[in-house]
Amino acid sequence: MAHIEEHKDTQAIQREKQNYIMLDLGKTPQFGIPAFIQVVKRSLSRELLKGLGVTFREMINALFKGKLHTTQYPFEKLPIAPRYRAIHEMLRLLESGHYRCIGCGLCEKICISNCIAMETRYDENQRKEVSEYTINFGRCIFCGYCAEVCPELAIVHGGRYENASEQRAGFSLFEDMLTPIDKLKEQNEFAGFGSISPNADENIKKTPLAY
Amino acid sequence: MDALTIGTIIKILIILAIVSAIAGFGTYIERKVLAFMQRRLGPMHVGPYGLLQIAADGIKLFTKEDIIPQNANKFIFSLAPVITAATAFIAMAALPLFPTFTIPEFLPLIGGAIVPSIVADINIGILFILGIMAAGLYGPLLAGMAQSNKWGIIGSARTAVQFLSYEVVTGLSVLAPIMLVGSLSLIDFNDAQASGIGSWLIWQQPIAFVLFLIAGFAETNRTPFDLLEHEAEIISGYVTEYSGLRWGMFFIGEYANMITISVIAAVVFCGGYNDLWFISGWLLFVLKVIFFFFLMLWVRAAWPHVRPDQMMWLCWKVLMPLAVINIVITGIVVML
Ligand code: SF4
Ligand code: SF4
Repeated sequence: MAHIEEHKDTQAIQREKQNYIMLDLGKTPQFGIPAFIQVVKRSLSRELLKGLGVTFREMINALFKGKLHTTQYPFEKLPIAPRYRAIHEMLRLLESGHYRCIGCGLCEKICISNCIAMETRYDENQRKEVSEYTINFGRCIFCGYCAEVCPELAIVHGGRYENASEQRAGFSLFEDMLTPIDKLKEQNEFAGFGSISPNADENIKKTPLAY
Repeated sequence: MDALTIGTIIKILIILAIVSAIAGFGTYIERKVLAFMQRRLGPMHVGPYGLLQIAADGIKLFTKEDIIPQNANKFIFSLAPVITAATAFIAMAALPLFPTFTIPEFLPLIGGAIVPSIVADINIGILFILGIMAAGLYGPLLAGMAQSNKWGIIGSARTAVQFLSYEVVTGLSVLAPIMLVGSLSLIDFNDAQASGIGSWLIWQQPIAFVLFLIAGFAETNRTPFDLLEHEAEIISGYVTEYSGLRWGMFFIGEYANMITISVIAAVVFCGGYNDLWFISGWLLFVLKVIFFFFLMLWVRAAWPHVRPDQMMWLCWKVLMPLAVINIVITGIVVML
């Protein structure tokens, strides 16, 4: 029983430090007359009606004040966080419009599910160019290592998360992931690991020093 | 055939059609009300505000494969849902559901038929209804035992325990108003409460009313007493192995029972279909029934369900003694 007393002490300390509201539930008698008395007390007190009141209030709020939590998903979508790791994108250089990837092969090397396959060759200027580049999204675990390791910020994660399909394997080619040249202006840098969402301040509670 | 016989047949058809439709519509209402109480929207996409969801569900039920488990007793397995649906509708034979009206003379064949408000105006109405509803327990009981599934067996065991126990409370709680009115006919109940709100039996028998409501919830298998098919514990209880139309019959039976209990509560305790001031009695009656129906959904949203042992405890140690005490006091008052 000592640990219960200790727990109660901790609770008391917490109550002083923070504005928690502790319910005074009292003792719970297990059997006999006291248990019976408690049942009668609880049945005749307003607790049951209070429950009905809360649900009714919520119904009125939902019906007339539009306080609903439903997002009608395929029609409405919630914004996703900037560091969300969904289907990859290949970015272009903003100035020249050329794709950024230099064919270094680091992403292929680091990919832990071995789902990136690429081939490179030398172009007429003796620069490396990517001739084939495919990701198998059926195996990709969206770990983000490829985006993390890429020295050119070429491969990044985009926001396309709806990738349900009828078959296991789903391949994406380089051209599919590459930013279309006419959409170059709208190209976003991937904030990546560790970046915080723009509204992080609203979402994160301050860590208390004492708990 | 005389006018009344034709009218009665018409009435039977009306009840079958309307109550089945209402039972289907009830599922929609239930989903909507529960959704709003939980800050959700409920069905939205089939038809305006999801109104055609019932049709979609109906089509789904009709076209689903009808599976009978290998080791099930096929005959009883097929019979059980029929018992539930049939008893639910038979009970309605003695219920006043819509006002009496006469079909206009100019219609062929059925012109001039008098459609009564009660299909069978028997003088033991309430006893008949309670009896038939009690017979309805064979539906879940046989269904659970015939399907060779452990969840089904537990479900049917709970059926037997729950329905039998609460049958006692229902009977005893209605006994007190019966003593006051001195009749078993629902018409007499209605006439006894003809003079305004003050004459409603709920004021003379508040305890009986509350007991009847609690027992009614148990008999229609509603939360907080939905032990027969509580998903978290026994999958789906007695309907675990049912699919398609047979499952639909259980469902319609359950909703028809909810309507029956609502109607009894309205007639026996809340003034029946008497006119009140300038308001039409039948309109008011429908509103009362809707309120009791809504109450069942409301309670489902608000309260958790109880454990089987708690429910038995409640029935035999609290409700039954209260009902008996209520009857004794009523008896003494009636004698004096
Ligand atoms: S996210 Fe991970 S698994 Fe997917 S391609 Fe990149 S490294 Fe491979
Ligand atoms: S790591 Fe980046 S630059 Fe290197 S091959 Fe992969 S995408 Fe191209």
